[in-house]
Amino acid sequence: MPDPAIRATGVVKWFGEGDARTQALRGVNVDAYFGEMLYIVGPSGSGKTTLLSVLSGILRPDSGSVSVEGSEIWKLGGDKLAEFRLHKIGFVFQDFHLFNRLTTAENVAIPLILKRKPWKEALVEAAKYLDVVGLKGRAELPPVKLSGGEQQRVAIARAIAGQPDILIMDEPTASLDGDPGQGIVGFVKQHVLNEKRCILIVTHDDRISQFATRILKMEDGVLTGAVKGGSE
Amino acid sequence: MKGLFKLAYKLLVNDKAKFTALLVGITFAVFLIIQMTAMFAGTMKRASATVLNLGASMWVMDPAVQTVANTIGMPDYVLDAVRSMHGVSYAVPVYTGGALVKLADGAYQSVTVVGLDDTSLFGRPQLIQGKIEDIYGENAFIVVKDPEFPKLGDPHVGTEFQVNDHRGVIVGIAEVASSGLFGVPTLYTTYERALQYLPNPRFTISYVLVEPKSPADVIRIKQQTQAMGYLALTKGEFIDRITNFYIYQTGMGTNLLIMTVMSFIVGLSISGQTFYTFVLENLDKFGALKAIGAKSRELILMILFQTSFTALTGYGLGIGLCALLIRLARLRLPDYAAMITYWNLALGFVVVVIIAAISSYFGVRKVLRIEPFDIFRG
Repeated sequence: MPDPAIRATGVVKWFGEGDARTQALRGVNVDAYFGEMLYIVGPSGSGKTTLLSVLSGILRPDSGSVSVEGSEIWKLGGDKLAEFRLHKIGFVFQDFHLFNRLTTAENVAIPLILKRKPWKEALVEAAKYLDVVGLKGRAELPPVKLSGGEQQRVAIARAIAGQPDILIMDEPTASLDGDPGQGIVGFVKQHVLNEKRCILIVTHDDRISQFATRILKMEDGVLTGAVKGGSE
Repeated sequence: MKGLFKLAYKLLVNDKAKFTALLVGITFAVFLIIQMTAMFAGTMKRASATVLNLGASMWVMDPAVQTVANTIGMPDYVLDAVRSMHGVSYAVPVYTGGALVKLADGAYQSVTVVGLDDTSLFGRPQLIQGKIEDIYGENAFIVVKDPEFPKLGDPHVGTEFQVNDHRGVIVGIAEVASSGLFGVPTLYTTYERALQYLPNPRFTISYVLVEPKSPADVIRIKQQTQAMGYLALTKGEFIDRITNFYIYQTGMGTNLLIMTVMSFIVGLSISGQTFYTFVLENLDKFGALKAIGAKSRELILMILFQTSFTALTGYGLGIGLCALLIRLARLRLPDYAAMITYWNLALGFVVVVIIAAISSYFGVRKVLRIEPFDIFRG
């Protein structure tokens, strides 16, 4: 087996206090590899999004370790962790979280601007990524003028503009109806996934399972096994 | 970092409704503050007009004098005593008082008469028509061409009128640095003629104008004057004394303070609340930026840039609006007493900085508390 892109070992996460204290992750172990599209599926409240947040460096676990490309991420301080996310992780949020006051190209350019690219240069580069997701002619429009599927593509373009090694997609089909949702995931597999990139998707949409390299099932804070592909 | 600021700028100005509301709040607050303080500064300058126009370095007066208008006559020996003091280069008397002028058309007009030392004419105004030596002519007066000038029927050299039932003739037209506070024209004549024309009490010297030999002599002259039971003030101190009188003994200071505080509260309420709403509405976006990899420091800088940009734009607009209003008011009222000073601008700036700082504080606090995980969780 090659070295994993992400390796999580014994990850535990609690929420709340007192009687309301609940354990969201109960010692999760998982490896994700470059070149694979790994789905984490399971019912609502099973801990999928919590796991994704811990793996991507936005939610600190109570115990356990997460290493990305061999480096333990939760040993990093606040700024270093932000830099890690900026350079290594691309996010596609469930609700997209696009800036309607900016143009589509400016939205896509955000990771580049955070990486201190000059404004004009960032916009030129952003236009290339919009071209990749098939929205070349929409660069100057605000996201609000685009359809749901197009907004999803803008979010994907923004996520890959920073050339991350790991792409995180949270419920990519939840805000889209039917075919567009499946089309987006198929598009990502075809155009975004490559040997140097790992894509993690949280979903409970069975219709897109055909695109997964591996599917892991999560229940009550633990990974219960592989639905598709190898073991966890 | 420039890209980050441009991003902040676009997020701010592209939300036109909020940006307009923010600008209106700050502009209005600055306008009110600058306008109020400009009116105060203008009034104070007018109140000190005689001090500014005569230009003496030091003024000797009765200790009960609070403003240049309420003079208390001093006996002649005070002039002699001051002249004999160590450190005095020269000292001259000056008389100021009110008189009633009867114009050619029979109308009456109150005037202020300034009687200058006959020998030196110290404190004489800059003539724009006529010759200064003509002030020694029979019944001669010099009239100041200021916004009150038309009240004397736009006189010219040779115009005759009556001053307190004495014949008077205009021999010169002059200009001065500042016109008076009370809206009456000003006539200059010699000290002796002023005493003849104006009803006067037992003691006639309004002020003794003093020029010290050196700045180091100022303290010595003050001490010697105080020993006589009188008060010697430098020009600046006298202006401060007049200003303090209006601030603390007429209620003007309290009114000014109340208006300034109200302007601050209005500006802070509108701008602070609007900016807080702006941050709240964009909170998920700031959270998304955090998740993507923006550092807390960068988000704080973005917010500070947004508030600073709005504050400075509103500050400029507020000053511009105030200057425009003063300009327009002067078209209608040439002697409109308002002037924008550096002090006004500094006060307005401080208030704007405080409004921006408080508005930023709440925004920054909110943004720092948002966790990317909350965004992820939806």
